[in-house]
Amino acid sequence: MVLLTRKIEFAASHLYHNPDFSAEENRRVFGKCNNPHGHGHNYTLEVTVSGEPDPLTGMVLDLKDLKEILEREVMQRMDHRFLNYEVPELAGQIPTCENIARVIWQLLDPKIKQGKLHRVRLYETSDLFADCYRNGSERADAR
Amino acid sequence: MSSNAQKGTVRTELGRRYHFAASHRLHSPALSEEDNCRLYGKCNNPFGHGHNYVVEVLVSGKIDPATGMIANLADLDGFVEREILDPFDHKSLNEDVAAFDAAVPTTENLCIEIFRRLKSFPNAKLERVRVQETSNNSFEYAGDNPEGFER
Repeated sequence: MVLLTRKIEFAASHLYHNPDFSAEENRRVFGKCNNPHGHGHNYTLEVTVSGEPDPLTGMVLDLKDLKEILEREVMQRMDHRFLNYEVPELAGQIPTCENIARVIWQLLDPKIKQGKLHRVRLYETSDLFADCYRNGSERADAR
Repeated sequence: MSSNAQKGTVRTELGRRYHFAASHRLHSPALSEEDNCRLYGKCNNPFGHGHNYVVEVLVSGKIDPATGMIANLADLDGFVEREILDPFDHKSLNEDVAAFDAAVPTTENLCIEIFRRLKSFPNAKLERVRVQETSNNSFEYAGDNPEGFER
């Protein structure tokens, strides 16, 4: 098995706010991220696909195809957007790194036909990231 | 808030990087001066030397639908600050960290010591620790958890 990783970057704004919390609770739990006007990040997304290289092409999947999928599913949806208001897939969720990574996994997984989506890593800053993997068993959900 | 994030077949981990600077000297009391010098080379210099270490901490758990978080970063940062950064930053690992009274402060051993100290983080499960000694070498430890390296 070979792992292939493609990286893209996008810029977006967000804020953390739970309407079920009081204003004070929102400030306490989310700190600076609760600023009602939002703030932004340069996100870096690493998408890893696993598979066997096709003997004819030598490729796990054609990078051009992966590039197009990322452009359509991620860039067009999220780049230069306010994640809370402009990305329906995130509606009703706090757009944390964990949740955005999970949404990206769910968008990409059905679109990758050659090879198999192995990992989505989303960096919000160089010191903060979230990883998503396929849950092979019930183990992780039990946690 | 919606709990849709918990559905599906995705497993999520949160990764956070921390930085500290410390000195160390690689020297084993079980070896002769000559053997130490041969084995550890420049790292055996009696006065020690230092690195800017990068520590990558990966934790897993359910994403709390109310906060969107596996663990609140303020809690994780506070815990790592107390357990790792305060005792290690701008210190001599050999002289200032009791774990290295008996063990050579290689980055392998440092990685294990950091994992040991962070394992009791109460708000999420510690999956693994990766310690970068320089941009060219890094070490990972997942404890006795065989799932830690599954990824």
